[in-house]
Amino acid sequence: MNRYATIFATFARACLVRDMTFRTNFILECVTSLGWMSMNLAFYLLVFTFTAEIGQGTGWTREPFFAFVATGLIINSIVQALFMPSAEELTEMVRTGGLDGVLVQPLDAQFLLSMHRIDFSAFANGLVGIGLLAWALKSIDRAPHFVVWLLYPLLILCGVAILYSLVIMLAAATIWMGRNQSLYDFWFYLTNFSRYPAEIYAGPWGSPLRALCTFVIPILLVVNVPARVIAQPLEGQGWGMIFAAVFAAVASLLISRIVFQLAISRYRSASS
Amino acid sequence: MIETRSNPAVRWPGAGLRTWWMMLVISLEERLAYRGDFVLGTLMRFLPIVTQLFLWTAVFSATSRPDIAGYSRNDIVAYYLLTMVTRAFSSMPGLSGGIARSVRDGSVKKYLVQPVDYVSFLLASRIAHKLVYYIVAALPFAGVFFLCRHFFPPIPDALTITSFVLALVLSFLLGFFLEATLGMLGFWFLEVSSIVFGYMLVQYLLSGHMFPLDMLAGIGTGIPGLSLADVVRWLPFEYTAYFPAAIWLGKVQGTQLVYSLVIEAGWVIVMAVACRIAWWRGTRRYSAFGG
Repeated sequence: MNRYATIFATFARACLVRDMTFRTNFILECVTSLGWMSMNLAFYLLVFTFTAEIGQGTGWTREPFFAFVATGLIINSIVQALFMPSAEELTEMVRTGGLDGVLVQPLDAQFLLSMHRIDFSAFANGLVGIGLLAWALKSIDRAPHFVVWLLYPLLILCGVAILYSLVIMLAAATIWMGRNQSLYDFWFYLTNFSRYPAEIYAGPWGSPLRALCTFVIPILLVVNVPARVIAQPLEGQGWGMIFAAVFAAVASLLISRIVFQLAISRYRSASS
Repeated sequence: MIETRSNPAVRWPGAGLRTWWMMLVISLEERLAYRGDFVLGTLMRFLPIVTQLFLWTAVFSATSRPDIAGYSRNDIVAYYLLTMVTRAFSSMPGLSGGIARSVRDGSVKKYLVQPVDYVSFLLASRIAHKLVYYIVAALPFAGVFFLCRHFFPPIPDALTITSFVLALVLSFLLGFFLEATLGMLGFWFLEVSSIVFGYMLVQYLLSGHMFPLDMLAGIGTGIPGLSLADVVRWLPFEYTAYFPAAIWLGKVQGTQLVYSLVIEAGWVIVMAVACRIAWWRGTRRYSAFGG
């Protein structure tokens, strides 16, 4: 385990050196992601000029909702920084045969393939997320219980684990299919469902969708559970959600590991 | 097979048309190779609208307003679906980057020696790209619109439909010349990705892609009597998403509709001229080395 931590630190250092070599590019990438994020925040602000709450009686008024958005920013920035750049490279590695080089290394292939490239500019959104969370919590009258402060980082990790598992399973699909650009788009569109509180998915179409995105692909647990814990009072039902999120994270990691190993065992090299 | 004419000065009638036709056919064949990916990609693009449908349903459930900026919940959903149609006309993925790349790697020089006009070639291949897209995307679009038919108001009269189609065609031309001009900046800057990003950001926000622009009517600019929506109305962006959708939904009517169509046509002319000037001036300062 220590060896993996050392190797990960080496990867991180190399990526940071690379980013700092092209400093202007790094700043531009930060500005890019901050630009898109600001636009979304502007949109939410606009929505709240027309309503006081997202969904009647849901408790998602302006400040709690921005705590929700902040939580999403933090989780997504971690995933975008640590796992997405490596996963995106995998498509080309399968097609060109570059994956062979990874498989002969005396290291776990999943570790190497999912963590060898780190995009430090993606952390910019996470930092803004922390600032936004601080502002939102300050504006909410009720201070979170100290248990909440212990649970929140744990649930953030659970959210990251669920998204990571999804990325890994899509990467495994790349190995199977040779190339799957659409599936990465699918990741983007799928995670789009986690951008809003689960309560909005109601009614004859919304309820089955909510069940699907909670129990089958637990995408709705990613942001909803930590955001609800930090922004709304922790009640009986909340504990059930916390257990569900922890269970979903562990199960997702296990399933993604099995799927990835299966995919690797079916890999046929494309190189000569 | 393309027949290259060694002497462009000796041209038979209809030769230009034939070149255009060949460029169109080549691009059609190129695009049809990935039709399966197209269908899947098209269907997935509707997924964010599902989220918007539930979001706005939740917003309306928490407010006593019957409408927001003149839009009922159904109007808003219909609006998002219609902007998908508009964006299918006005979005030009890869155009700016492709032009800048051809300047950077020198491949643009073949258009300087061949009797083919680069801008016309790009336009023909873009028309082909769009035609294939519409042929393949027609089915998923029709399916989604049929399923969502109850969100739409009754089908408008023939004049409104004609205006809608005209606005769509103009939005295609506007999108093309806007992005082609951005790409031509590659003659000066080589790498235009930051400029394109800045454009995309402004375009996404001010085109009405995110929300109906009428919602900006209540936001002031600091100048008495002038809202943000009034300012946006004079910019070219709203014609690439908002305007055609607003025509179909009856949000722009009568003289306002005529004025807006004239402004849209004006922007198409301005950008076509800007694109042509950028090409002329760019090629004059362009230098390529090697084979």
